[in-house]
Amino acid sequence: MQKYSVFSLIKNAFSDHQNWEVAWKDPTPKKEYDVIIIGGGGHGLATAYYLAKEHNITNVAIIEKGWIGGGNVGRNTTIIRSNYMHDDNALFSEFGMNLWRKMSQDLNYNVMFSPRGIINLAHSDAQMNAYSRRGNSMRLNGIDAVLLNREEVQKRIPMADFSDNVRFPIFGGLMQPSAGTARHDAVAWGYARQADSMGVDIIQNCEVTGFDVTNGKIVGVRTSRGDIKAKKVGLCVAGSTNILAEMLNMTLPIETHLLQACVSEPVKPLLDHVVTFGAGHFYCSQSDKGEMVMGGDLDGYNSYSQRGNLPTLQHVLTEGIAMFPFLSKLKMLRTWGGIMDMSMDGSPIIDKTHIDGLYLNCGWCYGGFKATPASGWTFAHTIAQDRVHELNAGYSLNRFNTGDLIDEKGLGTKTWIS
Amino acid sequence: MLYIFCPHCGSRSQNEFAYGGDATVKRPELNKEISDQDWDNFVYLRKSPRGKHLELWHHISGCRQWIKVERDTSTHEIFKTYKADELTE
Repeated sequence: MQKYSVFSLIKNAFSDHQNWEVAWKDPTPKKEYDVIIIGGGGHGLATAYYLAKEHNITNVAIIEKGWIGGGNVGRNTTIIRSNYMHDDNALFSEFGMNLWRKMSQDLNYNVMFSPRGIINLAHSDAQMNAYSRRGNSMRLNGIDAVLLNREEVQKRIPMADFSDNVRFPIFGGLMQPSAGTARHDAVAWGYARQADSMGVDIIQNCEVTGFDVTNGKIVGVRTSRGDIKAKKVGLCVAGSTNILAEMLNMTLPIETHLLQACVSEPVKPLLDHVVTFGAGHFYCSQSDKGEMVMGGDLDGYNSYSQRGNLPTLQHVLTEGIAMFPFLSKLKMLRTWGGIMDMSMDGSPIIDKTHIDGLYLNCGWCYGGFKATPASGWTFAHTIAQDRVHELNAGYSLNRFNTGDLIDEKGLGTKTWIS
Repeated sequence: MLYIFCPHCGSRSQNEFAYGGDATVKRPELNKEISDQDWDNFVYLRKSPRGKHLELWHHISGCRQWIKVERDTSTHEIFKTYKADELTE
């Protein structure tokens, strides 16, 4: 593989940049693989990469219905954080933070990781107490957390509404300074390029139509481009999990819901951090191009449609304007939607299944993007070793039977309420 | 914007409704001994189909009645709505 560097840039300048290698190939599927990963999103690509890199398993195919990076890894709001209270989530996410910090070097691909800090705003004394508790839990797990008072928040985000008589005054906030953002498409492309270079076949425009299971063991996958045999199969399909589960006669603690995001026209740099509204569900950061990147609530009913509905967008942006009044002056540039695999306790599932050789990675709810490296790393371990790693031991499928739920937000089974 | 036909009030915008989830989930019968597994499945497992989905909606800013709506989860087309106690096809 051609290494990207200033020298390769200069060298290719002499040939008018006509001779760059393709970043990944377009192979036809082989008859058989050791491992098939279904879903060419961030998690699937990362899984294939870590299978090759950490476990030396390179006879791997990624099967993608559309094109790689066309799903949620290209539709999120690029936020990376590990500000969780529960141990399972905190340790898993912080492990991921360490992978994020060295990802550009590791992949030889600039993912533009920008640890600009996230601030969760608090609008009451009770919320300050809750954030204090969460911040202390984070620090006990070795994650940086700073409780900010009103003045400290104002210094960092003076454009927020600090006027008198607002409905939700800002009391302070919880900040994780090491959180941030990354260029989401670059993450998918960086993983794809490295996985391809180590021998992984990235097969696009290839839809799974069924599974071959014999005596409780997976033996292959049926696809729109023919049957492919495999010793092991991993599902990494986010919002499409239930569609594949139905083919396997499995019913999962997952519902598929629609989540929207949007960006404004680009403006000059004014927002240094990722900021979340504490009295509703709204978050905002500024992209390197200057656009305000915003998101919030689910549309609120089961949906496989990757486009949103206006009432939710209006509701979310009303919250945004309550937090940042200047947003009302901006023009909207784009809105879009993605479909989320909402789990019944708000935490993901990375586990084996009752079918031998079939592995499940789903339930990412609102937080799939930031989990990309840790999810790929632990899922690769689970597939390669046929056992869960201690980092994803809590993300078991049977926790809904044993009662070991990881209810970070305490939302319960009404997954559409936030 | 979804327009939902409330069997009590007529066609109204989605803003008047709150979603109530999968209407096909059946609570185990009262006073009947069932396994923990069956109970867990009732609480947590969902089919979440792509296509026709029978679901509950609450006309919370209208007549405050619960209704059942048959809707397509990929096109958002609404086929039919029912009163809460009405038998569905």
